[in-house]
Amino acid sequence: MPGFKTHSGSAAVLDRDHVDTDQIIPKQFLKKIDKAGYGEFLFFDWRYHSNGEENENFELNSPETKEASILVTGKNFGCGSSREHAPWALKDYGFQVIIAESFADIFFNNCVKNGILPIRLSKDEIKTLQKEMSGKLIRTLRVDLDQQQVENEKGEVFHFEFDPYWKKMLLNGWDEISITLQQEASIKKYEDERIVNG
Amino acid sequence: MSKTIIDKLWDRHIVVKEENKPDLLYIDLHLIHEVTSPQAFAGLREKNRTVRRPDLCFATMDHNIPTINRFNIKDETSRLQVQTLEKNCEEFGIQLEGLNSGQQGIVHVIGPELGLTLPGKTIVCGDSHTSTHGAFGALSFGIGTSEVEHVLATQTLWQNKPKQMNVKIDGELGFGVTAKDVILWFIAKFGTNVGTGYIIEFSGSTVRKFSMEERMTLCNMSIEAGAKASVVSPDDVTFSYISGKRYAPKDQEFLESCKRWRELRSDENATFDQTIEIDASEIEPMVTWGTTPSMCLPISGVIPAEDSSPSAEEKQSLKNALQYMGFNGNEKIEDIPVQHVFIGSCTNSRLSDLLQASKVVEGKKVHPEVRAIIVPGSQAVKKEAENLGLHQMFIDAGFEWRESGCSMCLGMNDDIVPEGERCASTSNRNFAGRQGKGARTHLVSPIMAAAAALEGKFTDVRSILPKKEQEVDRYAGV
Repeated sequence: MPGFKTHSGSAAVLDRDHVDTDQIIPKQFLKKIDKAGYGEFLFFDWRYHSNGEENENFELNSPETKEASILVTGKNFGCGSSREHAPWALKDYGFQVIIAESFADIFFNNCVKNGILPIRLSKDEIKTLQKEMSGKLIRTLRVDLDQQQVENEKGEVFHFEFDPYWKKMLLNGWDEISITLQQEASIKKYEDERIVNG
Repeated sequence: MSKTIIDKLWDRHIVVKEENKPDLLYIDLHLIHEVTSPQAFAGLREKNRTVRRPDLCFATMDHNIPTINRFNIKDETSRLQVQTLEKNCEEFGIQLEGLNSGQQGIVHVIGPELGLTLPGKTIVCGDSHTSTHGAFGALSFGIGTSEVEHVLATQTLWQNKPKQMNVKIDGELGFGVTAKDVILWFIAKFGTNVGTGYIIEFSGSTVRKFSMEERMTLCNMSIEAGAKASVVSPDDVTFSYISGKRYAPKDQEFLESCKRWRELRSDENATFDQTIEIDASEIEPMVTWGTTPSMCLPISGVIPAEDSSPSAEEKQSLKNALQYMGFNGNEKIEDIPVQHVFIGSCTNSRLSDLLQASKVVEGKKVHPEVRAIIVPGSQAVKKEAENLGLHQMFIDAGFEWRESGCSMCLGMNDDIVPEGERCASTSNRNFAGRQGKGARTHLVSPIMAAAAALEGKFTDVRSILPKKEQEVDRYAGV
């Protein structure tokens, strides 16, 4: 996986709280056995009416928001099911960064493992970001993982917290399993001791 | 230093602990199903890796399985997913309880009933309701597919230790109030993200009195409160449930295990980051009315009006929920008609759930406007229920008696609620579209679902439940 260092792009706003992974990708699209091609099903029940027509009122359906590579949303984004199909769909659709007030734990991990940067900002900071709109899009944001900051076109800078270990993994795009396999001796030792001690 | 049960479980599984790094935790049991595992096995194959401990993995198929004729999976992609699991288990030497097996069932139902779920274990599965197994005093949580691959390859996971919350539930539960109502009440009161970043210990006298199956219902839905995991410290109730289960330790080994398991409790002076105290006697039978589990009221409740929220954001989310659910606001819960009833899912499909529901329906008839289905959690639950004659009781009342699987909880198979129709469901999520596009889900306990099936609308089960059984059967289960 390529490392994630910086990203610049405009942001679409999904101004809702508690967006669950059933909304991000409904269950009928979880039946594939590969990781590719989930983008067309992203937010499927919100994007399309029952008759298959596009729902013009859905935030992400305007021609301009389709260009966005950053998603700005509310609190508890990605709650519910552990389905990793959710970040696969977001990434395949074109989102590289998600900025939210908070994330559900499993979803947050799933993003990091797929090279999507989940950023937590406060409600006020997210409101400030939304002041710099061009039509339905937030004008270009520059995201820098190493510096842990988001900068808008106006030059306002928003700092975010990020776990140092997962930051390193994401910056370098390292394969986590390869790194863990280097711990083979420790894993073996643990197993041997557990068998002895029960 | 005093430790919580969470500290004890965590510390015993640390393989590597270094500064500025998550801990590398050992995983004792990896449960696998067909939906979240194919890409993980493919990842192994791509990198020429093996499964490190196939003996600590255990697989079944549950999400896609038809509940009428399980061998006739009409949907081609579902069938391929099931076949892929069969192939992967064979190639990597993992035990699979497949469609033919008498042990097949919902992964969170069969883990406990086979004695795979034991106190002190770390248990993961590519499924958020893995929290269920915490009921045994195991550290148990749902993971994504990348983590499934990581566990397959290394039998470990890098984890930052979450904060800890003690949810202390004391007092006598009222007549007709169940573990399901307790967890729904908790989420209604404290919200769907109260547990985010936390592991919860459920403690207190009410929890101690719960059977294992009630504890499983409680822990199952802690993910709906956002918690990483939840845990109940093991006691005699736990040990008597485990005793004699197929893969549980036997004889002397069992007795020695019990001695060790008894230590899995929070020390008296152990500290939690947060404590919430609950008076169980306040809780009533609950019904969700909206599109998150926190949008939930007692059966006596009235649905909020659109303008009843203080903030603009909440008003909007209330408006969206009311619109999706087909309400104007101010409707009484007891006036809501239902067209479907689903008794099943990893939350409420165990023998005690079916037994309790059967007491409500015995000798009565399902309302003519209602289609009601019972989906036992496993083949073993189904068989046991049939031995007790429960199936006939349900069939005579007009229920459909199905084969085991996840079924209408998420509608990945044919069991779907049609657009605009309502379902009284004993499952765990009332998200928009969960049971079918446009389906309107109302989460309830098994006895409340049974009552709704009879009346064709939500009804206070306390008015139907035979009064002589003040104590709802605390059957220990399969």
